[in-house]
Amino acid sequence: MFEAMAFYFFSAVTIVMFWITVTSKNALYSMSALAAGMIMISGFFFLLDADFLGVVQIIVYTGAVMALYAFGMMFFDTTREVKENIRAPKLVFLLSGMTALLLVIAFVAPIVGDHIEALYPMVEGVENPQAVGIVLFTKYLVPFEVAAVMLLVAMIAGIILAGKKMDESLTLKIDDEFQEKGVQ
Amino acid sequence: MITLSHYLILSAILFGIGLVGVYRRKNLLLLLFSTEILLNAVNIGFAAISKFYGDLTGQMFAFFIVAVAASEVAVGLGLMIVWYKRRGTLDIDTMQSMHG
Repeated sequence: MFEAMAFYFFSAVTIVMFWITVTSKNALYSMSALAAGMIMISGFFFLLDADFLGVVQIIVYTGAVMALYAFGMMFFDTTREVKENIRAPKLVFLLSGMTALLLVIAFVAPIVGDHIEALYPMVEGVENPQAVGIVLFTKYLVPFEVAAVMLLVAMIAGIILAGKKMDESLTLKIDDEFQEKGVQ
Repeated sequence: MITLSHYLILSAILFGIGLVGVYRRKNLLLLLFSTEILLNAVNIGFAAISKFYGDLTGQMFAFFIVAVAASEVAVGLGLMIVWYKRRGTLDIDTMQSMHG
């Protein structure tokens, strides 16, 4: 009963928030609505007994990603309304609806065909974070390490791209300042 | 009683909203927001399948999707800042240098 109520509440709020994100003309409203939707999505994870995933959702998405967006938006003029030239709005809805339908078919086909088997069944008598740790550090250790390297690469790329003087090309433009630095 | 179908339908609705955003928005920043919605919609589907089939693989994939999303934001935002410094706009329609 409470599960059903929570599910419908979370789904209604999430859908409304994401709809605001997609349609709002103000980038700041859009970002705030996205952050609210992310928090509500973590509620689904707690409902689904994926406690660790829910906490990761809150920390990574609303803590890190949205904070990064907020800092990034300081570079852009966000108080101005976003002007967009939208062509054929009905076609957009038709295409999105059909793609989402294809997604449902792709997900449901194996379920209908009864071809899903649990490869790594959940360990009995263990809480979710422990079970996640057991699977993550045995079966998925290599992807985990690769993901760590990928995050490191992304961090370096972010620092290099958003750093100072990067609006000028270092290789193509021969600036007096660069030449002076080269002499010294 | 909430079943797997409920969660999958919700996932599809959110994915559809994200797709509307991807097709419709012409601002690069808002386009990146829409891709976040897409990733989150798929995450819900993975977590639901993981619960209803008693398999942790779905949650593992959701974790790796979160990691990919975080690195995507770091690189994408950096590229967007460079573009904004050069052109002063994030409109996709102006994002062409070859006039073919």
